Amino acid sequence: MANNALLEAFGEGSIAVGVAASTAQEAVMAAGSLLVASGRTSSAYTDAMLKTLEELGPYFVIAPSIAIAHAGPSSAVLSAGLSLAVLAAPIAFGNQANDPVTLVFGLCALDHDSHLEVLAQLAEVLIEPERVNILLNASTETDIRLALA
Amino acid sequence: MRIVAVCGMGIGTSVLLKMNIEKVLAQLGVSASVEAVDMTTARTAGFDADIIMTTPDLLPLLDGLAAKIIEIEHFFDLEELHTKLTRALG
Repeated sequence: MANNALLEAFGEGSIAVGVAASTAQEAVMAAGSLLVASGRTSSAYTDAMLKTLEELGPYFVIAPSIAIAHAGPSSAVLSAGLSLAVLAAPIAFGNQANDPVTLVFGLCALDHDSHLEVLAQLAEVLIEPERVNILLNASTETDIRLALA
Repeated sequence: MRIVAVCGMGIGTSVLLKMNIEKVLAQLGVSASVEAVDMTTARTAGFDADIIMTTPDLLPLLDGLAAKIIEIEHFFDLEELHTKLTRALG
């Protein structure tokens, strides 16, 4: 598989489908909890993600339906990683261009450089509308891992 | 030519934007250095760039900087990047 770094960035327990969330905060918390569940962060990182949303707004909704929630490197990051919460129903984050959001990625990094290969592989996936469609309509984690591979 | 992608933290969204800017510059045959930086760095006195690219939500925070600022709505839409970069490069 070409995207090994990307697949490994999603640890066991980092992907959930049919996630219930009715606000941007709940959606960010879901993505943060998946990072905690997969052993990549402590819960303080989820709090930092929520603080980023509060302070800077929903700027991280960077494409139609897609949010990449994150905070800066800190001691709350145990190792770099990704999570994905596929929402049961799309919700508005307040991002005019790209609402409503269905795919909420969580991202954590130890520094500015060591996760670049992972992001490059993620970019190659998100640049393809067909693969984004598969993610949007995924009903199992297996569907998602196949689309990411 | 120095082009900078700015986001809140400089580790996620701006890095993704930087990667796509580099793709489009290659298509255009333009050589330029592209960096991903966080908002705090971009607002530090003496920060210097020819072009800053960011999301519409962060635009107000960059008010007053001398660089030409381009807002990108859809980071993975290379056509949007192509059109806006071409215009900015004039």
